[in-house]
Amino acid sequence: MDIEKIRKDFPILSRKIKGNDLIYFDNAATSQTPIQVINKISEYYSKYNSNIHRGVHFLSQEATSEYELVREKIKNHFNIAKKKEVIFTSGTTHGINLIASGYSNILQKGDEIIVSNLEHHSNIVPLQMLAEKTSSILKVIPMNLSGDLDLKAYKKLLNNKTKLVFVNHVSNSLGTINPIKEIIKEAHIHDAKVLIDGAQSAPHFKTDLIDLNADFYVTSAHKLCGPTGIGFLYGKEVLLNELPPYQGGGEMISEVTFEKTSYADLPHKFEAGTPNISGVIAFGAALDYLNGIGLKEIENYENELLKYATRKLKEVKGLRIFGEAKNKISVISFNIESIHPYDLGSILDKMGIAVRTGQHCAQPVMDFYQIPGTVRVSFSFYNTKKEIDFLILAINKAIKMLS
Amino acid sequence: MNSISKIQKELVEEFSFFEDWMQRYEHMIDLGKSLPLIKEKYKTDDNIIKGCQSKVWMHAELEETKLIFTADSDAIITKGIIAILIRVFSKQHPDEILNADTKFIDQIGLKEHLSPTRANGLVSMIKQIKMYALAYKTQIN
Ligand SMILES: Cc1ncc(COP(=O)(O)O)c(C=O)c1O
Repeated sequence: MDIEKIRKDFPILSRKIKGNDLIYFDNAATSQTPIQVINKISEYYSKYNSNIHRGVHFLSQEATSEYELVREKIKNHFNIAKKKEVIFTSGTTHGINLIASGYSNILQKGDEIIVSNLEHHSNIVPLQMLAEKTSSILKVIPMNLSGDLDLKAYKKLLNNKTKLVFVNHVSNSLGTINPIKEIIKEAHIHDAKVLIDGAQSAPHFKTDLIDLNADFYVTSAHKLCGPTGIGFLYGKEVLLNELPPYQGGGEMISEVTFEKTSYADLPHKFEAGTPNISGVIAFGAALDYLNGIGLKEIENYENELLKYATRKLKEVKGLRIFGEAKNKISVISFNIESIHPYDLGSILDKMGIAVRTGQHCAQPVMDFYQIPGTVRVSFSFYNTKKEIDFLILAINKAIKMLS
Repeated sequence: MNSISKIQKELVEEFSFFEDWMQRYEHMIDLGKSLPLIKEKYKTDDNIIKGCQSKVWMHAELEETKLIFTADSDAIITKGIIAILIRVFSKQHPDEILNADTKFIDQIGLKEHLSPTRANGLVSMIKQIKMYALAYKTQIN
C-alpha cells in the first residue's frame, strides 16, 4: 500500500487549518472522499442526470443501469444472496427506522427486543419507540470494563419472547468488534431476528452477510469514502416481504386506483420516490475505490496504526484509554486526568487536528464509565504514523496549557 | 462611557495584543483560573446552563443595587469564557446589564474561534445573565 499515493487521491488532505496541515482523525464520524468518488458525482450530473426506472429515453436508461449496477456491486461486496435484498436508504439511521417501524405491526404486547449497551443512539431510540408503540420490552446486553459485551448475560436474556436483536458490528465510541456471528446464532435458536448495524465495521474489514447469516444489515456510504445521505439496508427476502412499506409514493407501487393500491416487489417496495441517484452511483465508485486498494490491506494497515497509536498514547502521563477489547478497530477513546475532553479537543483543533469529543451519540457507554465524554481519535487507511506522532506532541502541549 | 462599555473596551484591547489563537486561548485559560467561584451549595442542577458540552453553573446575588455573579465549569476553557463575561457583567446594576450590547464578543473574535457548541453555550450564558438582571431589577424597584 502506497500511502503517499493514496493521500493524493483525497483533495481535502492537502488543506491547511489555521496554518497547520489538516490531520483528520475523525473518520468514525465520516470518512473523507477520494477524487474518484467526487468525479463520479460530477460525471453523473454532467452526463446522464435523469430520473430512473421510468424514462423511455436514453439518459434515463443510462442512469438506471448505472444505479442498478451499484446494487449488484453491493451484493457482491457484502456477499448477499439476491440483488433485490439490497434496499437503498439515506443511511444507517434510515435503515434501522425502516425495520423498527415495520415490526410495529408484527410485535405484540410482552414481546422482547434486545439491544446492547454499546449502541449508537440511532440503534436505541427507534427501538424505544417500537417498544412503546407495541408494549414490548426492551432489554440490554451489558458490557464490561474492557468494552466487550457480556455474552453470558446475553444468552440469559434470550427466550421465546425475544423477537428482535439489534446490535452493532463495531462500537463507534470504543471500537470494539462484537462477536456478531455468535450473537446471531444464539438469537436464531430462539427464532429471533437480528439486525446488524454495520456503520463502523464496513469501512474497516470485509463483511460476508451469507456467512454471518444476519437477518438485516444496515450501513452508510459516508463512512466508506462515499457521499453523505446514502446507504443501504439488506434484509432476507422472506422477512422483507413480511414487512409493510415504510413510505408510500411513486416507484414503490405496481398499480394504483383509489380503491386499492398494490405494492411493487422488492426492492422497489421500500424505495418510494426519486432516490439519491448521484449518491448511489458515487457509492459504487467508493466501493470500487476501496476494493482497488483491498480491504485486507486496509485492515492490516489500520491495525498497525491502532497498535502504534495505542502504545504512544499510553506513554502520555495521566492518559486513560476507554475500551481495550482484544478485537477492535482503529478507534481510540481516551481522557487525560483532570482535563475535560472538550478542552483537549479545542486545543487540538487549533493545531489542525480533527478529533471528536463528547459522548459520541452513545450516552449509555459514557454512563457505564461514569464520565462526561471522551476524546476519540479514529484512523483511516490514509492516516500515517507521522500524523500520530504530531498528535502526541499536540496532546503534550495541550496538557501543559490546560493544567 | 459607563463601566460596562469601559470593561468591554479593555477586553478587546487586551485580546488584540495576542498574535495567534493559541496565545488567546492561553490567556482565556488564565482568566478562567481567576473566575469568582460559585459556592458549592449553589452547584445544583437548577443552576446548570444548558447548551454547553461542558457543565456550567452560575449563580447571581444582589449586593445593594449591584448584581454579583459567581460560576464554575468542569472545562477550563469554558471557565475562561465565563470569566470574561463575569468581568463585564458582575458588580453592575441590572439596568446596565440589560441595556448592554455584546458587540465586544465579536470584536474579540470569540465566537468565530469557538466551536459551534461552545458558541451556543456562550449565547446561553449571556441569556442567563440577562435573565438574572431582569429578575433582580424588579427586586430593586
Ligand atoms: C454505530 C453507528 N450506528 C449508526 C450511526 C448513524 O449513521 P448515519 O448518521 O449515517 O445514519 C453511526 C454514525 O455515527 C454509527 O457509528
